[in-house]
Amino acid sequence: MRSFMLNGRGVTVDVDDAMPLLWVLRDEIGLTGTKYACGQGQCGACTVTLDGRAVRSCQTPVARVDGRSIVTIEGLTDDSVGRAVQEAWRRLDVAQCGYCQSGQIVSATALLQSNRKPSDADIDAAMDGNLCRCATYARVRAAIHEAARTLAT
Amino acid sequence: MKPPAARAGSAQGAARRSSRRQFLQQASVLTLGIYLAPARAAETADAALPVRPFEPNAFVRIGADSSVTIIAKNLEMGQGVFTGLATLLAEELDANWLDVRVEGAPADASRYINVALGMQGTGESTSMSGAWIQMRQAGASARALLVQAAAAKWGVPPAEISVANGVVSHQASQRHTRFGALTSAAALLALPADPVLKNPSQFRLIGNPFVRRKDSHAKTNGSALYTQDLKLPEMLIAVAAHPPRFGARLISFDAGAARAVSGVVDVVQIPASERVPGGVAVLATNTWIAQRGRDALQIQWDEAAASHLDSGQLSARLRAAALDGAAAGTGETRVALQKGDEAVLGSASGVQLQALYEVPYLAHAAMEPMNCLVYLTEGGASLWNGEQLQSADQAAIGTLLGIAPESVKITQLYAGGSFGRRGNPHADYVLEAVAIAQAAAAQGHRVPIKLVWTREDDMRAGYYRPAFAHSIRAALDANGALIAWQQRSVGQSVLADSPFAGRIKDGIDPSSLQGSAEPYEIPNVRLELLTIKDVAVPVQWWRSAGHSHTAFATECMIDELAIAAGVDPYQFRRGLLASHPRQRAVLDLAATRAGWGSALPARAPAERRGRGIALHESFGTCVAQVAEVSVEADGALRVDRVVCAVDCGMPINPNVVTAQMQGGIGFGLSAALYGAITLKDGVVQQSNFDAYRCLRSSEMPLIEVYIVPSHEPPSGVGDPGTPPIAPALVNAIFQATGQRLRRLPLAGQLAAASA
Repeated sequence: MRSFMLNGRGVTVDVDDAMPLLWVLRDEIGLTGTKYACGQGQCGACTVTLDGRAVRSCQTPVARVDGRSIVTIEGLTDDSVGRAVQEAWRRLDVAQCGYCQSGQIVSATALLQSNRKPSDADIDAAMDGNLCRCATYARVRAAIHEAARTLAT
Repeated sequence: MKPPAARAGSAQGAARRSSRRQFLQQASVLTLGIYLAPARAAETADAALPVRPFEPNAFVRIGADSSVTIIAKNLEMGQGVFTGLATLLAEELDANWLDVRVEGAPADASRYINVALGMQGTGESTSMSGAWIQMRQAGASARALLVQAAAAKWGVPPAEISVANGVVSHQASQRHTRFGALTSAAALLALPADPVLKNPSQFRLIGNPFVRRKDSHAKTNGSALYTQDLKLPEMLIAVAAHPPRFGARLISFDAGAARAVSGVVDVVQIPASERVPGGVAVLATNTWIAQRGRDALQIQWDEAAASHLDSGQLSARLRAAALDGAAAGTGETRVALQKGDEAVLGSASGVQLQALYEVPYLAHAAMEPMNCLVYLTEGGASLWNGEQLQSADQAAIGTLLGIAPESVKITQLYAGGSFGRRGNPHADYVLEAVAIAQAAAAQGHRVPIKLVWTREDDMRAGYYRPAFAHSIRAALDANGALIAWQQRSVGQSVLADSPFAGRIKDGIDPSSLQGSAEPYEIPNVRLELLTIKDVAVPVQWWRSAGHSHTAFATECMIDELAIAAGVDPYQFRRGLLASHPRQRAVLDLAATRAGWGSALPARAPAERRGRGIALHESFGTCVAQVAEVSVEADGALRVDRVVCAVDCGMPINPNVVTAQMQGGIGFGLSAALYGAITLKDGVVQQSNFDAYRCLRSSEMPLIEVYIVPSHEPPSGVGDPGTPPIAPALVNAIFQATGQRLRRLPLAGQLAAASA
């Protein structure tokens, strides 16, 4: 049995300790906004925050999150930075197929939570692990700057 | 937007509506126009109901709450088609864009055929051209009925009624109502025979850069539903063990260790059939558990008939055959085009060049690996899928199960990318899912089964963009004019043995050569094709199909000829487009906006910079790109900027057009820089994003997109952004370094050359 905070609410799951958080979220809890795409921590589609830091949930055994706090794409609406990022994404129509965008948005939110005015270099450092085959990168970058602007006002 | 039907209940509802409509419609033919429902009398039984749904045609449903639901016949895989289709219909309906929702159409070619493909499906950037009149007529006829209903209700002439932003008004009497109040009355009216469409000057949504995508909201809060996300009651997830080499067959397996994995529900053999290689699938309610079970299987494979291809050897063979057709050993060189006099090449008085261009196998590597949810029912099958080729999949499943294609119901979900992969002409992953569901049912699991491929399964399953070699000889006359072009192309056929094999004429798969030597005015052209048939690696179209490699060969060769003639590459192209004003205008726009000809000074010691240009037309859309690169002393390459001009006719959603150009360029850059699937002893060497490297955020160039204003009917934008970038990049590298690269991918070649 492992218990953790998920989007602000306590959850308890009875699964193999080695099960990656990704599959606990998707197949046990039913929160499917967090995506599977590579299973090796190479693409970032499964990004969630663990105690505020962006992590790859496909590489995070559930045992490691015991007693800690997880936020997924579904939980961002409760967060002012997360909302600003989502709204910027919508204003700029960042998403194409959308499959990687949960991960992009969570990574961007984690970046802005620690750095309210990221430079392009900061964005590269924070976002290079989030692959997008639709190559929405230009709008991802623009939306992060846009969210930073709205958060500054 | 409401996500595509998520529950079995809604799907059944859709099926019920569908069968009623089929009954009404009988064999009514849907060609280019919209279906105009006859026999409205058949619906009078509903007349007593206080609120009727208003579904004047197959593409729109207006609710009593004034919501406008647009039914999209094409797959939304990122290209913005849901938004584009909705824009067309909402424009003529004068709907309020905020009231508009989109849902995917069910599989039913009688209503949702893609005329350009000859079946229901999405591809070749045909969606918008096919919908241009059809969806607008659907909107205009619905609007006419709402107007008629309002006129009757208010006792005024229909001509005095106006509609704007979802509000129907009679100005003289200051009466206004939203659509919802009129639906019951409108549903009883006969459709107008020939609804009047707007002039472009009246468009409010079409061409409006501020219209936003209909899927952005769901795709930014985690609620957008992909096949990967759908869970039906009692559903089991299947993870499959595939043969290690193409052509291998299962002999036997030991499932003991797999069954010992806690949570594994069952293990089933996947029967091999003509299109399914066969294997073993592990069933569980949790994907990770099913994967662990799959990994624990002990399987013996019969590899007697398996392919042990080495892709390096294949490349050598393609090269040799391109240079000398007789050396191929198999196949026969066919002449696909002979224009003018083939003898001119040998007798030309100016420069003669020969060059060989090579491209590798490419995986699509969509972010969502292939998957498919199947529920077998009595005498039928229901699928939930990011479905790209409904009719072909229905037919293939029908054959496998021995049922009529129409008995295969398909609910459309979002696709997490495709780039062509989900429209597999052989229905590969879809058939595998059905075969597993069959095997599971035989073992007592008569439940929905979702096949989930891992990234590794997806990358190793084949159906790659074929490797190709193009050998081109060309000649200039004494004045430097390009007068002869002879090309021999060698590779596998994508269309052979597929439902599209009818396009192959005289042994020539047109998709192998499409776009070669075009759009230039060259008086003497000979295109030869040698199709390699004895390679077991399955191939498939990949974003922009044959254009993905023919543009590379053509646009690099044109550049080489310009250099050889001592003419600026942009001006050289212009000179070959004297009677192609549209193409020339696109080229000019890109060159002008890029500052072609202006200085590009080094910003660091020993940095070399250069610009390259390329022009290519595919699927009716003309795109020119200018790439700016910098190459450092150690050979490190950076693509700094790409200027892209596009003429796609009327740009329905300029914001989407821009995104597709950006995305097409990024996708093409991944392939040009890094993309290659290689095989060693028949085993695919890449299985994930470590070895199959794709463009990342920090590598994305600054991209500027300029759209040619046009009122011509629209052509598509999903594919055409991709073909020009590889040659533009290679041509820019030449300008920067003097090194001419002719083989993709480029990674490694430049560093080695600069060392």
